[in-house]
Amino acid sequence: MTDDRSTSLLYTEVEQELRAAVRDLLADKSAPADVLARAEAAAGGAAPYDAELWKALARDIGAAGLLVPEELGGAGASAREAAVVLEELGRSVAAVPFLSSAVLATRALMAAGGDVAAGLLERLSSGEVTAALAVSAATSPYGPKGPAVTLGADGRVSGTVTGVIGAEVADVLLVPALAASDGSLALCAVSAGEGAGVAAVPSLDLTRPVATVTFASAPAGVVARRTGTWAPGVREALATGAGLLASEQLGVAEWCLDTTVAYVKERRQFARPVGSFQAVKHRLADLWLEVVGARAAARNAAALLADPRRGEEAASAVAVAQAYCGAVAVHAAEECVQLHGGIGMTWEHPAHLYLKRAKADQIILGTPGDHREAVAVLADLPGPAPVL
Amino acid sequence: MSVAWDEASIAERARSFLAEHDPARTDRLGFLRARFDAGLAWVHFPEGLGGLGTRRDLQAVVERELKGTPDNDPGRIGIGLGMAAPTVLAFGTDEQRRRFLRPLWTGEEVWCQLFSEPGAGSDLATLATRAVREGDEWVVDGQKVWTSSAHTARWGILVARTDPDVPKHRGLTYFVCDMRAPGVEVRPLRQITGEAEFNEVFLTGVRLPDSLRLGEVGDGWRVAQTTLMNERVAIGGAPARRSMAGVVADTWRSRPELRTHDLHQRLLKLWVDAEVLRLTAVRLREQLAAGHPGPEGSGMKLAFARLHQELSGLEVELLREDGLAYDDWTFRRPEAVDFLGREAGYRYLRAKGNSIEGGTSEILRNIIAERVLGLPSEPRADKDVAWKDLPR
Repeated sequence: MTDDRSTSLLYTEVEQELRAAVRDLLADKSAPADVLARAEAAAGGAAPYDAELWKALARDIGAAGLLVPEELGGAGASAREAAVVLEELGRSVAAVPFLSSAVLATRALMAAGGDVAAGLLERLSSGEVTAALAVSAATSPYGPKGPAVTLGADGRVSGTVTGVIGAEVADVLLVPALAASDGSLALCAVSAGEGAGVAAVPSLDLTRPVATVTFASAPAGVVARRTGTWAPGVREALATGAGLLASEQLGVAEWCLDTTVAYVKERRQFARPVGSFQAVKHRLADLWLEVVGARAAARNAAALLADPRRGEEAASAVAVAQAYCGAVAVHAAEECVQLHGGIGMTWEHPAHLYLKRAKADQIILGTPGDHREAVAVLADLPGPAPVL
Repeated sequence: MSVAWDEASIAERARSFLAEHDPARTDRLGFLRARFDAGLAWVHFPEGLGGLGTRRDLQAVVERELKGTPDNDPGRIGIGLGMAAPTVLAFGTDEQRRRFLRPLWTGEEVWCQLFSEPGAGSDLATLATRAVREGDEWVVDGQKVWTSSAHTARWGILVARTDPDVPKHRGLTYFVCDMRAPGVEVRPLRQITGEAEFNEVFLTGVRLPDSLRLGEVGDGWRVAQTTLMNERVAIGGAPARRSMAGVVADTWRSRPELRTHDLHQRLLKLWVDAEVLRLTAVRLREQLAAGHPGPEGSGMKLAFARLHQELSGLEVELLREDGLAYDDWTFRRPEAVDFLGREAGYRYLRAKGNSIEGGTSEILRNIIAERVLGLPSEPRADKDVAWKDLPR
């Protein structure tokens, strides 16, 4: 779906239509009260994911297959369209495994390649199965940790991975594993339930909790293997995920700004709307300016990720977007809580769900500091030489 | 619009212009006049007024094709280009447009802006300079301040009070002031940089013909809004050939011995901010080109001021002992405004003006809050009172 506007920082008509469809669905099925009820369940230890909403998003709208090429049954769209979906999901902090399955797991399989990957991608893009990348969400695309899981000569994987998102609703777990036989790194596919245990962990982000995944001699299919620092597909998945996360952060920030502006127009103290005080207006003007910048940065990352010819520029765009947008979402959510006053501190108002998502988003797929370190390299701004 | 221009046809026109007007064999002014007459000065202006009546973003194609040819020294005539020209275009009569725009663009005539007064800064509409009609003339008395380029200017855009008996926004009229008229006195005003880029302008019994009025009598506030919106776009949104981030990054790269971890983290953060602001400007220009100007423009100058100040401050600190030195405190009256010129100390001090000139950052935040976000204004006591009855 490449057209002559693919490097534009604006939204194409197709993207706007997709946005409208996703927004309608979310307004219908994922209103703040629904999300709060699911968060309540999550606080009690249950998974917050909304299976029915995910089915509608994945199958009816086709979001599950956006990144998948048409020959594998996908929509053959690009990062630009996935970014628009993430903006809307951020605006509603909807509990669906789009980032974990349709972006991270899907991108890992596409980059890894091969027949196993192709078969899985077909089932993923139809929405028939959901997958998760069994890597800590706190992993940055720049510095791999060695896999915590080993692949035995018997074709079974063993080990524990912490901090995984989307695992509770995944039918397939993709896990990087160290092959005991030759020391290569393999991307392995494991069916959930067959020797793989998923334990939800009480999580800061109620609408996207993390889980611990334990593989106990689980039968695994090898998607691809290679030697090096990363298992096949993992670095590409994390980099794409980081770039697209900026759009989710944009959506979170937009909701927080819009909701706060609406509230301060209504809320009266000292016989005037609190939004008429300069102390409040100036804070919101500054926040608006940050959101404007976040939109440009997020669109730029999506546009360059969508263009396979511009890999190096995409790396810079991802680093810049992630170094910027994470703090904007957190700032917007913090201002949202503060400017709502007491009601902003309550469990019943949804502001906290956005604060929790924004803060967790700041950590996952590389912190702003990790991405600034990457900028230092990509923009040739080296740090000081070591003293010794 | 007689022709639908696109990138290829504009480039072709620029190339054929160049073939007919070899800059090596034409004098600078002759070249610039011919370029104006060929519609290649500002392509979004109408035909016959230096443009081709087409999309603004196609100007970039012209600039690319004419790269290296004599330019009109935009730093010297920035007020004319950025503020006077769009206002003359929007509100001038045909005769005024034909008289003023060509020498403005070629740089033959420098313009200045006679808006602010000692008693009217952020609250511009309270200004006190009077213009009284006498037959076909207006007699102007008052004092203007912070007037860049007044000492080189041929013309000034002037807002004056023509009716003190109505509320302040309604009694204003917009004029083009002849800076050579008797009664115009320009005195330099020295700035914290040591230079006097700007001036005080005293207007004493200055007689301006009614043909120098721009827009209707009493409509000066609306005309001035056009000037001010363009000023903020000119300061905040123009694509820069060189940027403050680029200047500071060059210093960083060339002086490895000065680097510290603390400065490194701060530099990277500002570099990212600069890149995001650049992308915001790119997106804004795309919106303009698509015919959907967004409200983002109001924020550009605000972001630009903060970034310039932080980057230039970081550079002085980075330079350590060299940061203790200052290149030159000589009292000069420069002809051009230059944010990036000279040494780090100058850049740091000059950047302080960025959050004051053309609307303070505080006023810009009010504008964003009220016009973009729709927040209510502060309660005001001055809206429905005749200007002459305002408390002073």
